[in-house]
Amino acid sequence: MELLCPAGNLPALKTAIDNGADAVYIGLKDDTNARHFAGLNFNDGKLAKAADYVHQRGKKLHVAINTFAHAGGEERWQKAVDNAVAIGTDALIIADLGVLDYAATKYPDVERHVSVQASTTNLEAIKFFKNNFDVQRVVLPRVLSVQQVRQLAKSSPVPLEVFAFGSLCIMAEGRCYLSSYMTGESPNTVGACSPAKYVRWQETDKGLESRLNGVLIDRYQEDENAGYPTLCKGRFEVDNNVYHALEEPTSLNTLELIPDLIAMGIVSVKIEGRQRSPAYVEQVAKTWRMALDRYQQNPENFAVEGAWMNTLANLSEGSQTTLGAYHRKWQ
Amino acid sequence: MKFSLGPSLFFWPKNEVVDFYQQAKESSADVIYLGETVCSKRRELRAKDWLGLAQDVAQDTNKQVVVSTMTLLESPAEIQVLKRLCDNGEFLVEANDLSAVQIMHELKMPFVAGPAINCYNLSTLKVLLKQGMTRWLMPVELSGDWLKILLEQATEAGIRQQFECEVFSWGYLPLAYSARCFTARSEDKAKDDCEYCCIKYPEGRRMNSREGERVFVLNGIQTLSGYQYNLINEMPALDAMGVDIARISADSTEAFTQLDNFREQLVNPTRKELDGVTECNGFWHKIAGMSVA
Repeated sequence: MELLCPAGNLPALKTAIDNGADAVYIGLKDDTNARHFAGLNFNDGKLAKAADYVHQRGKKLHVAINTFAHAGGEERWQKAVDNAVAIGTDALIIADLGVLDYAATKYPDVERHVSVQASTTNLEAIKFFKNNFDVQRVVLPRVLSVQQVRQLAKSSPVPLEVFAFGSLCIMAEGRCYLSSYMTGESPNTVGACSPAKYVRWQETDKGLESRLNGVLIDRYQEDENAGYPTLCKGRFEVDNNVYHALEEPTSLNTLELIPDLIAMGIVSVKIEGRQRSPAYVEQVAKTWRMALDRYQQNPENFAVEGAWMNTLANLSEGSQTTLGAYHRKWQ
Repeated sequence: MKFSLGPSLFFWPKNEVVDFYQQAKESSADVIYLGETVCSKRRELRAKDWLGLAQDVAQDTNKQVVVSTMTLLESPAEIQVLKRLCDNGEFLVEANDLSAVQIMHELKMPFVAGPAINCYNLSTLKVLLKQGMTRWLMPVELSGDWLKILLEQATEAGIRQQFECEVFSWGYLPLAYSARCFTARSEDKAKDDCEYCCIKYPEGRRMNSREGERVFVLNGIQTLSGYQYNLINEMPALDAMGVDIARISADSTEAFTQLDNFREQLVNPTRKELDGVTECNGFWHKIAGMSVA
């Protein structure tokens, strides 16, 4: 099972490879990818350097072109595909049907992976991508339980990749317009959720307040840790009850599922976080590498170490982790 | 331009659903969508009931009845029900997931690409047309400018005549889908033990900010906009750019009044001031969806 790590820049990419990633995924410096943040991602020169670094070490590079192409602007997405192929990417991660069609027609020999943003959650949808674009991998959204993933893995004609660790999207990815509803910008259209330019922090009599485009997302008392106001992780009111109505600030962590995922034949575990620092990438890659190697050496006696969980919890939102939808009780 | 009544998104008792569609039959809608699109656990009406209802509604009217299907399908059992609905042999089907597109293509039957199918550009329109799409619902987060460009491109490409274009024009906007049931969570229940509690909330549960602003409406695993989308003032613009159908969502029986209001707006346009506290139109104007332009 491949360990696939994120990289938002060259130092993070090198760190990922040096700490045990089998493959790294990156995005280009424009709105063609779902982590389109200032100061992040790869221009043409850096892209070539990234490919060299990865390939010289016998590892793989995936390029995410996973936003939806704009009407009248499709050339930008096609050019992104061209550029990624030109530097020898090992796989293209694509969500848009039009972009997939372009890649499959123009570069039939370059691997195409269905992005998590395409929200592929069942066998018939997988068949759709297989039949139309001959895809080599599907990345599953974080909405399926372990039992559902297992069932799908048994019948899928295409190898599956799952999310293993990182910030937890609680909605079916690619089908969430909450961010554009509040700010005008969404993962699908501009490659960002709850964009930082709409965030405001304010000390008030009632506590520290975080707002997104003017909407109060959360308010913190002195003893509470304030987190980034991702709009689905704030505290809201439902019939006079104030609570995390959608989700708490928490991250996904599936270390304990390693034996299950390997038994199911999942081909790759993906670490979220292209927007995170090289230090994050180092810690997560190292921990996951250790866990995967430990399993390989002695599958029968595999047990998750407390130290691994602590390391990962410290890198998590709200310093807490969850199995998310993999665990039915979460749902 | 024609007007459609979208599928009801909430969970209503069976007799109320039947009553609602009796009224729908008498309404001014040209097209009526019906079927469960949100949660497969809602079984007041099963597949055969929905198809029976479709037959009742279609009888003795010249309205088009379309069977809407689920958006988030996660289990083989859900796919079985989907197949049954797709292979109904009588009614057009609204696909809200690519699984339905795949099934309709195998059946060699035409379909409507619903609002949860991510079709943002010309190449994607072409892919879906090849699968058998005959009508396209624009994703709700897209703007009038976006639509104008895309429809012009379709005309230039010579494919505009191959599909109808429908725009979600009134009602709570379907914004997101999750594995988690937020209504069950609001009652401190797990989804597997939800006791079908969303039936208690015929218009969903309001989720407000701590300042009382209506942010979202919780509807089971679906999150809806807190404000009702209202494109009544944009009807002449939609008509001018060649939109074939405007969709009025079946939020409540108010939808029937809105169908009349919207139709009247085409004949006799009068500007309606949106209040900005319960209504919005931001998506169409390329600003925050919850805003009013």
